[in-house]
Amino acid sequence: MSFELNYELLVGLLVLTTAAWSVAARDSYSATVGFVSYGLLLAIVWMQLQAVDVALTEVAIGSGLTGLLLLGAAARLRATEVRVVTRPSIALRTLAALACAGISVALAATVLTLPQPAPSLAAEALDALPATGLGNPVNGVLMAFRAFDTLLEKVVLVLSLVGVWSLAPDLGWAGRPRLLHPFADDGVLGFLARTLPPLGLLLGLHLMWNGADEPGGAFQGATVLAAMWLLVLMAGLGDAPQVRARWLRVAAVAGPATFLAVGLAGMGIAGAFLAYPESHAKALILLVEVPMMLTIALVLALLVAGPPEPTPDR
Amino acid sequence: MSALLDLFTMAAVSAGVLFFLAGVVGLLRFPDALTRLHALTKADNVGLGLIVAGLLPQAGSVLAALKLLLVWLTVLLAGATVGQLIARVARRAEPGA
Repeated sequence: MSFELNYELLVGLLVLTTAAWSVAARDSYSATVGFVSYGLLLAIVWMQLQAVDVALTEVAIGSGLTGLLLLGAAARLRATEVRVVTRPSIALRTLAALACAGISVALAATVLTLPQPAPSLAAEALDALPATGLGNPVNGVLMAFRAFDTLLEKVVLVLSLVGVWSLAPDLGWAGRPRLLHPFADDGVLGFLARTLPPLGLLLGLHLMWNGADEPGGAFQGATVLAAMWLLVLMAGLGDAPQVRARWLRVAAVAGPATFLAVGLAGMGIAGAFLAYPESHAKALILLVEVPMMLTIALVLALLVAGPPEPTPDR
Repeated sequence: MSALLDLFTMAAVSAGVLFFLAGVVGLLRFPDALTRLHALTKADNVGLGLIVAGLLPQAGSVLAALKLLLVWLTVLLAGATVGQLIARVARRAEPGA
């Protein structure tokens, strides 16, 4: 067996093991740690498949941000989590096992019956790519060929923030999300929060700008920016903004709103909703991407920060 | 010259992997959080440093080599900070330890 195959088998085995472990883990904290490792390993699989864009997204969103959200949930649940497991009845467990096995079998059967080779629009997308002025086919698909999906995805993002905010108590609307920062007085985290953000800012913008021609894009870049902002907040160097602040509301919808406006303008200029005139495609895509990045970074950070709480304002 | 560089790469990367191996063994075998952290930081700092040093001759361009160094420095910064934070939590959790 070649080295490559051995390596792939090893990574595949590790992915399956961490997946099984995070499902079998008894408490939610261990399960979350397993889930984060699982995401990182999965990114290696995507790299092996040459899907660098997917790998970046998996690390940033699948493992990093989702992991952080789950860790927050696990921390909140820790006090209430029952250590002694009250096991559900044997009938219920059999039923759950049957349902899970059924889904697995159905998924496996679907994968096995997929046509070979799989139907693909990759060749068409690559052929049409020069018209967008972009060099990265993934970004071409996201921003031009399937722009409608991307637009809806951003709307969902804003809706999810509304969902989190709707959990706020009545008095919370005058307050701000409160992040726990148990290390605020230590200086260690503060040092990192003062040192890392300039680099993170550069990296985030680089990922977005470079996304036009190489792997990367607004979403991955925005995740880095959100992480930097959260680092500053968690180190206690700044307060999360008040959720009723006007600039916050505007920034939260800036991305989808610009996207929608450009899309509607496309009806007049290029003849279809979300169509770009070929001569200005690249410029328009950038015009959409910059506010989109702002929205994504803001919404992702505020999702982690949680609903606003009634705090005495300083 | 190139054979010499390849030899250097192999030696440095192997030494780096050895540090990672030692770090993992320490993580699994050492008795408490602080000693485990001690084992782990060696893997992060020296192990990754050796691997990056070994890969420098293979980077192909100065820019790629600088990026590799930047990766190492960033991991150093983050690793040192996180190590300190975990150690503080561990110390708070078991007073007297």
